[in-house]
Amino acid sequence: MKNRVLSLALSRLLIALITLLIVSFAVFFATTLLPGDTASILLGQAATPEAVEGLRKAMHLDEPAIFRFLRWIVGLLQGDLGTSYANNMLVADLIGGRFINTLKLAGVTALFSVPIALTLGITAAMLRGSLYDRAVTVLTIGVISVPEFMIATSAVLVFAVYMKWLPALSFANEVTSFADLLRIYAMPVITLTFGVSAQMIRMTRAAVIETLSTPYVEMALLKGASRPRMVFRHALPNALGPIVNAVALSLSYLLGGVIIVETIFNYPGVAKLMVDAVATRDLPLIQSCAMIFCLGYLLLTTTADIIAIVSNPRLR
Amino acid sequence: MTMTSSETTSVRITGSRFGYRFNIVGMIGFSVILFWAMVAIFAPLIIPYPVGEIVDFDYFGPVSADFWLGSDYLGRDMFSRILMGARYTVGISLAAVTIACFSGVVLGMTAAVAGGWLDTVLSRFLDALNSIPSKLFGLVVVAAVGSSIPVLILTLSVIYIPGSYRFARALAVNINAMDFVTVARIRGESTWYLIRSEILPNIVGPVLADLGIRFVFIVLLLSGLSFLGLGVQPPYADWGALVRENIGGLPFGAPAVMAPSFAIASLTISVNLLIDNLPKKIRDRSE
Repeated sequence: MKNRVLSLALSRLLIALITLLIVSFAVFFATTLLPGDTASILLGQAATPEAVEGLRKAMHLDEPAIFRFLRWIVGLLQGDLGTSYANNMLVADLIGGRFINTLKLAGVTALFSVPIALTLGITAAMLRGSLYDRAVTVLTIGVISVPEFMIATSAVLVFAVYMKWLPALSFANEVTSFADLLRIYAMPVITLTFGVSAQMIRMTRAAVIETLSTPYVEMALLKGASRPRMVFRHALPNALGPIVNAVALSLSYLLGGVIIVETIFNYPGVAKLMVDAVATRDLPLIQSCAMIFCLGYLLLTTTADIIAIVSNPRLR
Repeated sequence: MTMTSSETTSVRITGSRFGYRFNIVGMIGFSVILFWAMVAIFAPLIIPYPVGEIVDFDYFGPVSADFWLGSDYLGRDMFSRILMGARYTVGISLAAVTIACFSGVVLGMTAAVAGGWLDTVLSRFLDALNSIPSKLFGLVVVAAVGSSIPVLILTLSVIYIPGSYRFARALAVNINAMDFVTVARIRGESTWYLIRSEILPNIVGPVLADLGIRFVFIVLLLSGLSFLGLGVQPPYADWGALVRENIGGLPFGAPAVMAPSFAIASLTISVNLLIDNLPKKIRDRSE
């Protein structure tokens, strides 16, 4: 039944592509809803009608919206992200370095949160109902129900204000030594790790508990397998699919988290760039940043779904 | 939405451990929610100082007998500002979650009962909307149309319609397959009657629990947007905006920074606690 898995995965991929198209449509039209004429806003009040008309032609603003949308999409596919309104720089140049910064932040966070979350989630599920499990559950619910900026401000308060271990703000371009690197990344990574791990622990715990309640695990218990053997030999290999799925989904939480974290810690990443672009209403920049985030989110959720399909033994 | 499914599983797990009555944890959650609701309604009557007035000579003042939660970056009374902030946070979120759940549930039930192309098109479209990260959606809309309270309410509700739709549709599809619905359909009842009298009474419990969870998401998103300066605009301030205003006091450990955060946390954690400890009778319909 290899073909079935393949066709399911391919159809999931197709759905992702259609979704991306709808999303780009939504992003484009949401940003062109802006009341007022872009050309006259750009040129200011002193502009002559002829100049406004000229700029409208040059920016293709006189064409119907659907043509502008197609032009924009084709440009995106060719790697042409447009020019920023605010400072006339190419959007691709503005985003380039910052995108790598954001990826670094996300990568380091994943490096920390995945092992922590898996350990806590799996052990909590194994010791289900114990004091340890309850403590973990209460903590994760607590972290999930508070806003990200509260985790961030608490982290600053504890580590920078009271203990004075770390700087409150971080700038990724002043790294000279390994110690600097640690100190600068520490605060954003701690904040993000808390949020991402809480999601991941909850989902991992749920996935393992579900596997532990299946008949074959009960069978293993009845035939006298020890508890660790029951979990590691019988339950975990089957829970692997749902767990990896949970990891990918929780990592998509990063996308929301970085927006707050990069703003609060002044981290020069794509999210900070986008928040600044919103303040100046720099539409081409907002559109490109939004597409990057949606693409990342879709990539993670699609990967999660495909892993779930491939790892489902019923489909093999 | 995967979040919701993991949410319901854990609700069931905690439920079986805590038993089936309204227990003490649920009661605590409920009383905190009631407290904030009362505060939101009666805030103008109980604030000790006018919110806009500078009453303390010191800025970022500490907790004192006159100023229960210190003063903010201009020397305004923080306690009064938080009480008034409850109106915006609770009010906007409540309005948004009502619109989101009403539209989501009606659309979900319609899709489940009608089936066919309507179901497919609606599900595809709302799934696509759902794959825009919520904070990003808010940012894009605010960039495009600016931020005002009606825009915020509408944006927040549009963001959470897809999740609510998916949840209601999944429940309604199960009910729709039952015999009494088939009987009603053979009787020749209209779609509207099926939705209102056959499906809705059977899913109302879980839908209300889902409404609570979505309320928490909306409070968090609204606070996040306000924190970024894109939510509620001055002179009004919700709890997220209060944190943003006073973030400069963080290095001094001023109470003005943490107090609004604690207000948000108390509200969201209470809602979660209440929902996790709802009587089994309400929750179990989701099975």
